[in-house]
Amino acid sequence: MEEEMHTDAKIRAETGTGSSPRGPGCSLRHFACEQNLLSRPDGSASFLQGVAEKSRERLIRNTCEAVVLGTLHPRTSITVVLQVVSDAGSLLACCLNAACMALVDAGVPMRALFCGVTCALDSDGTLVLDPTSKQEKEARAVLTFALDNVERKLLMSSTKGLFSDAELQQCLAVTQAASQHVFRFYRESLQRRYSKS
Amino acid sequence: MAEAASVAAECLAGCRARGARSVLGQVVVPGEELLLPEQEDAEGPGGAGERPLSLNAGARSRVRVICGPGLRRCGDRLLVTKCGRLRHKEPGGGGGGVYWVDSQQKRYVPVKGDHVIGIVTAKSGDIFKVDVGGSEPASLSYLSFEGATKRNRPNVQVGDLIYGQFVVANKDMEPEMVCIDSCGRANGMGVIGQDGLLFKVTLGLIRKLLAPDCEIIQEVGKLYPLEIVFGMNGRIWVKAKTIQQTLILANILEACEHMTSDQRKQIFSRLAES
Repeated sequence: MEEEMHTDAKIRAETGTGSSPRGPGCSLRHFACEQNLLSRPDGSASFLQGVAEKSRERLIRNTCEAVVLGTLHPRTSITVVLQVVSDAGSLLACCLNAACMALVDAGVPMRALFCGVTCALDSDGTLVLDPTSKQEKEARAVLTFALDNVERKLLMSSTKGLFSDAELQQCLAVTQAASQHVFRFYRESLQRRYSKS
Repeated sequence: MAEAASVAAECLAGCRARGARSVLGQVVVPGEELLLPEQEDAEGPGGAGERPLSLNAGARSRVRVICGPGLRRCGDRLLVTKCGRLRHKEPGGGGGGVYWVDSQQKRYVPVKGDHVIGIVTAKSGDIFKVDVGGSEPASLSYLSFEGATKRNRPNVQVGDLIYGQFVVANKDMEPEMVCIDSCGRANGMGVIGQDGLLFKVTLGLIRKLLAPDCEIIQEVGKLYPLEIVFGMNGRIWVKAKTIQQTLILANILEACEHMTSDQRKQIFSRLAES
């Protein structure tokens, strides 16, 4: 019995689905739980389900680390807490935008602003920017890019699915154009905030 | 591919460095580069033809410009690292003045020379550990009070409020504060008395309240007699005759951030009547 389970897991890892091995007959993903992390409330817990969340955390963290001037704050940890209020597709891009705005609001020194944009390629090659959950599920490939505002350089890319090299370049170009809208929105909302004072 | 190239060109054109003088008073975002005035003249379109001939053709005269909070030097230009309004102060004599970014922030980072309110959290041997709201507690030696000697120790307990200034505050070392000035006098610093209320506001509000011609403080002073201490780390200590008056003052100061001056005047007049 145990040998079979082991082989099962190995096969799954090779196909590269990206999720940790599921037990046979059980359809839930791997769990991890941590309790009593916050000192103020009487109880707190953190629940981690699936490896996807962990890799999303790592992607956001790497993007933030590339942009934040960490040398100005040695021996200091900067914690970014993201809470999903509603998921209507393009979740990673939304998390990146929220993280950038939060870092600006906290006054953490950064060398540039960054934004996340998602695009989806469906089966006949049409490009959809900022797809909804339904479009993401039916797409052949979903690509998320994080770009900075200085020269629209690529900070992070996360892709899932099948696509050709030309399609990748096309998605990148379209995303760069779309990021201008996001940065303009950032600038307008920041101006509105500072105009109140 | 041509599409990509044209898009790239448009993007790059949009983020060309702007002159610092032209952006004064406007909101700047991290990532922008600013040109200093003499560079701006040299790189402008009409500069080349009208610049007067200088004897020393090679070296341009450089004025010393000070980069304040929110800006970093990046080659010959200034890189904006925080979001806020760009400000400039003309120099008193010589130099090119100071540029800085006025940002709204809640988190304090210790700066040398700042006067802050701290809370004593621990007493270990000859040093008090004081929480100033930064990433690590500041250390305060017991000899840094007026009239303190090894035999005559100051009466400081854990939980006391201290008003002092930083003598050492940089990113590499633990911050150190003292309660005397360079002449050895207290000058208002030291342990803050009993009662009163300590509350936290944003750093921008403190700077606004401490500006020389701030009307808010004058109006508040006319309402009730009060004692007030401002710490640059966003903490204000306030004490009035009764607890109710203290709470009213605390609420007014916290709300000042979001009110316009008309709303404030209305509230003050209503309070003065009652």
